[in-house]
Amino acid sequence: MTTNACRKPQLVCPAGSLRALRSAVDEGADAVYLGLKDATNARNFAGLNFDDAQIREGVAHAHARGAEVLMALNTFADALDPSPWFRAADKAVALGADALIVADSAVMAWCRRQHPQLRLHLSVQASATSHAAIEFYRQRYGIQRAVLPRVLTLQQVAQVVRQSSVDIEVFGFGSLCVMVEGRCTLSSWVTGQSPNNAGVCSPASAVRWTEQADGGVDARLGGVLIDHYGADEARGYPTLCKGRFEVEGRREYALEEPTSLDTMELLPQLMAIGVAAIKIEGRQRSAAYVAQVTRAWRTAIDRAAADPAHFVPGAAEQAVLAAHAEGQRHTLGAYERPWR
Amino acid sequence: MSAHLAGANAPLTLTVGPVLYLWSRADLLRFYADLADSPVHTVVLGEVVCARRRELRLPDWLDLARELRQAGKDVVLATQALVETEADLRLIEHQAEQGEFAVEAADASALQLLAGRVPLVLGPHLNIYSHAALVEHADLGAVRWVAPVELPLDAVARINPPAQPVHTPAGEAMRTEVWAFGRVPLSFSARCFTARHHGVTKDSCGLRCLADPDGLPMNSTDGSSFLVLNGTQTQSAAVQCLLGDADALRAAGASSLRLSPCSRGFLQVLQDFDAVINAKRSATTAMAAWPALGVPGPYGNGYARRQPGMTWSET
Repeated sequence: MTTNACRKPQLVCPAGSLRALRSAVDEGADAVYLGLKDATNARNFAGLNFDDAQIREGVAHAHARGAEVLMALNTFADALDPSPWFRAADKAVALGADALIVADSAVMAWCRRQHPQLRLHLSVQASATSHAAIEFYRQRYGIQRAVLPRVLTLQQVAQVVRQSSVDIEVFGFGSLCVMVEGRCTLSSWVTGQSPNNAGVCSPASAVRWTEQADGGVDARLGGVLIDHYGADEARGYPTLCKGRFEVEGRREYALEEPTSLDTMELLPQLMAIGVAAIKIEGRQRSAAYVAQVTRAWRTAIDRAAADPAHFVPGAAEQAVLAAHAEGQRHTLGAYERPWR
Repeated sequence: MSAHLAGANAPLTLTVGPVLYLWSRADLLRFYADLADSPVHTVVLGEVVCARRRELRLPDWLDLARELRQAGKDVVLATQALVETEADLRLIEHQAEQGEFAVEAADASALQLLAGRVPLVLGPHLNIYSHAALVEHADLGAVRWVAPVELPLDAVARINPPAQPVHTPAGEAMRTEVWAFGRVPLSFSARCFTARHHGVTKDSCGLRCLADPDGLPMNSTDGSSFLVLNGTQTQSAAVQCLLGDADALRAAGASSLRLSPCSRGFLQVLQDFDAVINAKRSATTAMAAWPALGVPGPYGNGYARRQPGMTWSET
């Protein structure tokens, strides 16, 4: 049971490259998370992620500065050949990762058998939205932390923290899944590839841009028209759930608008609840993004911990986060649920 | 099914999945009364999408379950897909306490509360993507798994090999069920998209989804049918249909097929599945009659073939 009522949460930052990892560590991340260059993690994008030598170097850099390295192994072992997932777990141990972020019961069972000392964090991709679900994974596989899907209200997060005997990590900033993570196959319906089966959502290989006569452009995914941007409209990436569609003759963002999650103003509440760690999304983003966002959150967490009663996000931090938000807009997401 | 029964002539039984839409109490009761005389073997009952939908409550579902069992049907209760509140957990707890019927688990909360207390079915939204993962879940005492919708049939065959099925600790062979008919639930959210479209909040939604007995169509802006909104659930507009795939389904080790209810023509769909799968009637002829009955379309069968789910190939 979490008893420390106002602990300082760990700041967990994304590393899609060695440069990003160094930026995060140097700007004050308590932990960084990274993945291998394959489908064993949920940011399986070309040009991203780590080979063995880079992990070794990243671990050395992080450990020298007191930061932890978490390895994301958070897709589902493939039926035809599950061995890359098991090898990845072995590799995490061999290369000195401090914990593995896992979603698949097959992978967890392997870790318990082969690497009983390895710390396991339950990935958001495991879709555990209640204390009972988290307890299932704790009892069977000994997970020591759970990352919550971005669908719970602040009250519900508090309830989970109160009733869980493992640490709880929540998302603080970054791109927003409006669907429960680990349970969304919209992308494979259209492209054959999904976060669960390939570590990707709305993959770039399935995107087609076509100039139109009005000077605008059509964005298609797997042949399906996801959005049309007029000549004077800012163009976004055609993530399936963030396109404009027609419902009863009305064209609208029927699922979600292009927007990012930003919970900085909730920091004192998240700390009072007893959240153990705050995760920044964005392994696919640049090292510059990681540096700036990490610095902003480091500053904010330190200030909130020093004086939670009077905490408001600083103008400088807010400006940084606004500049990096998708569509330059941000939301408190499910934590406050204006749509409830 | 025991291993020696698997093969070209093994019977495939039909399972009717839970009604995923909000139908009125009268419509639900009529629907299930009709099923009593249909060729369905197993019926899965319960509200699995939204806790605000309460046309039938657990005691009503249990009454219905007993009636269907009287009619010779195997009955399974289903848990809610997305568990968020203490009330959601309490409902699963009541499902665990009832002691009369098996329960289909939709998430790890349900696995935690149900395992060892009721006969367990592994629902299609549990992420079982490998043989090792199925072994882990068999260890909970589950006797049937419904393959995740996006899994191709070649993967299904590897996960629970028909010649060498996974066994429960009690020595029972795990049975495989495949999603063979119906609009596919592709995602879940805390947010209600039907309410969002109507500009109302979730807590005062007025149950607007009652007007959409097969979901609210969401088309691409060039007018192509794409998805349907079903409250907090988003479904494919196309109906996944494996009516023409009986041989491939048997080869993959399926012993039952899941048919997800639609509001019109469903009894005919059941009859046709029985006739085509078990009496070798023509799938093409059967399906040609569906649009006139109001069965939703178009069709997709890509997932089974390692293709995007929305694609359709004639078999």
